[in-house]
Amino acid sequence: MSAIVQVKNLRKAYAGGFEALKSVNIDIEEGEILALLGPNGAGKTTLISTICGIAVPTSGSITVGGHDTQMEFRAARNLIGLVPQEINLEPFETVMSTVSFSRGLFGKPRNDAYIEGILKQLSLDDKKHNKIMTLSGGMKRRVLIAKALSHEPRVLFLDEPTAGVDVELRKDMWEVVAGLKASGVTIILTTHYIEEAEAIADRIGVINKGEILLVQDKADLMAQMGQKQLRIDLAEVTPEVPKSLQAYNLFRADDGLSLTYSYDTKGERTGITTLLNDLQKAGLQMKDIQTAQNSLEDIFVGLVKETS
Amino acid sequence: MNLNAVLTIYIFEMRRFFRTLTQSLISPVLSTSLYFVVFGAAIGSRIDEVEGVSYGAFIVPGLVMLSVMTQATSNASFGIYFPKFIGTIYELLSAPVNFLEIVAGYVGAAATKALFIVVIILITAFFFVDIQIAHPFAMVAFLILTCVSFALLGFIIGIWAGNFEQLQLIPLLVITPLVFLGGSFYSITMLPPVWQTVTLFNPVVYLISGFRWSFFGTADVGIGVSLFAIALFTGICLAVIWWIFRTGWRIRQ
Repeated sequence: MSAIVQVKNLRKAYAGGFEALKSVNIDIEEGEILALLGPNGAGKTTLISTICGIAVPTSGSITVGGHDTQMEFRAARNLIGLVPQEINLEPFETVMSTVSFSRGLFGKPRNDAYIEGILKQLSLDDKKHNKIMTLSGGMKRRVLIAKALSHEPRVLFLDEPTAGVDVELRKDMWEVVAGLKASGVTIILTTHYIEEAEAIADRIGVINKGEILLVQDKADLMAQMGQKQLRIDLAEVTPEVPKSLQAYNLFRADDGLSLTYSYDTKGERTGITTLLNDLQKAGLQMKDIQTAQNSLEDIFVGLVKETS
Repeated sequence: MNLNAVLTIYIFEMRRFFRTLTQSLISPVLSTSLYFVVFGAAIGSRIDEVEGVSYGAFIVPGLVMLSVMTQATSNASFGIYFPKFIGTIYELLSAPVNFLEIVAGYVGAAATKALFIVVIILITAFFFVDIQIAHPFAMVAFLILTCVSFALLGFIIGIWAGNFEQLQLIPLLVITPLVFLGGSFYSITMLPPVWQTVTLFNPVVYLISGFRWSFFGTADVGIGVSLFAIALFTGICLAVIWWIFRTGWRIRQ
């Protein structure tokens, strides 16, 4: 895979001096779904707006399909479809006319068959002659996607596609995104729902305060999440981890009243039974036992806290 | 050049116009008819000829210009303000179009709409007064130039405006007074000498004078000066719009 979008040292500062993006570097691979995760005000929308041409970068460079978004804006923008966060649509237009308008704006000749194909893919085909104002919120969001796809882009930016959408519609949207990926479109979506990133992304990027904190394969992140901790509370203080238990790499709490054991849930043997047996042999008396699991949320919250 | 985009914007805007055709046409036709009844027939019958033309006929070019300027300005300002207001401007900003293409689409449509209305007003005028057009080609050229230049001004107003009140502000506070004081209903030679000089600072004087020349062959100022004034005005508007898109003033973050 090669990078279809390359962002290098991108900085965006607003007139008031607020730095929305601080030297962002990110490569987006062709054909992937990248989820950009971050709290409100992290810079997700600014990053997307800057790549798409709505905001002007203060410094740094962005290329899409090898074309600089400033110098070769036509070639770069032709490859991009943007679905904004807000439902911005002309209420009195019909679905067909607003989607055709988008296609024309990108310089493509009229092609009703293609537009109808998109509307069908998005389950909008029976609404094509309806006015936007008569559609539900979920349908309007689909119209925005249809507009973004109308000029056959290779990269699709979805800015919080499921913000304020109920659970059922959210799952619907995930299916739509999976369908788009299958048709070969590269997708970048922003979200602050961790489970959304977990459900549909190939890679996950975490952004906070205008900085990319991490970009990692979802599989690797999930592997980290497979780690669990077993905490054993002891009845009496143990001054140190007994020698017979050193193979378990136990972590002794400062007060000496608990030991923590990390293990992989996906492994064939977790080692819990032998550990408990050995603890007994070592003469340690257990008071309580509890387990905890790393979640994407822990990783995310940890990263965001570090930068706060 | 993204010609498809220009046509797309143009057709989209014209469709909006035709959707609301009745209300777009009734108001200007009614107000122009009222002007003819009040100024042309009621008051005009007591006024002698002005520059060798009956007063009813004399005010036709001025009335047409009044409509052209207000219609072109308000059409264009609304045309670009509306996408800004409802947020659909994101699409224009992220599309592979440059400022000239966006302007050509919106300003072209606004100018065409104004032209439509003016043709209807001219036809209305023929019902009230007997009027001859001395230089029909020059008249059409003046009309088109005025439509385009004031649509450009309207486009700037639409980008500048932060709310609907501001959208109305410039047409009400600037354009209407300039047109009324620019010799729509009188010849500037009728003014005291001092005011004649002051009037020459009003750019609308040159447009009305040139347009009146195309009807009657006489004018307050030379036709060359009129043409130069309108070209200068168009040039200034284009330069301002170019600057707006270059800096992203009020449109790009």
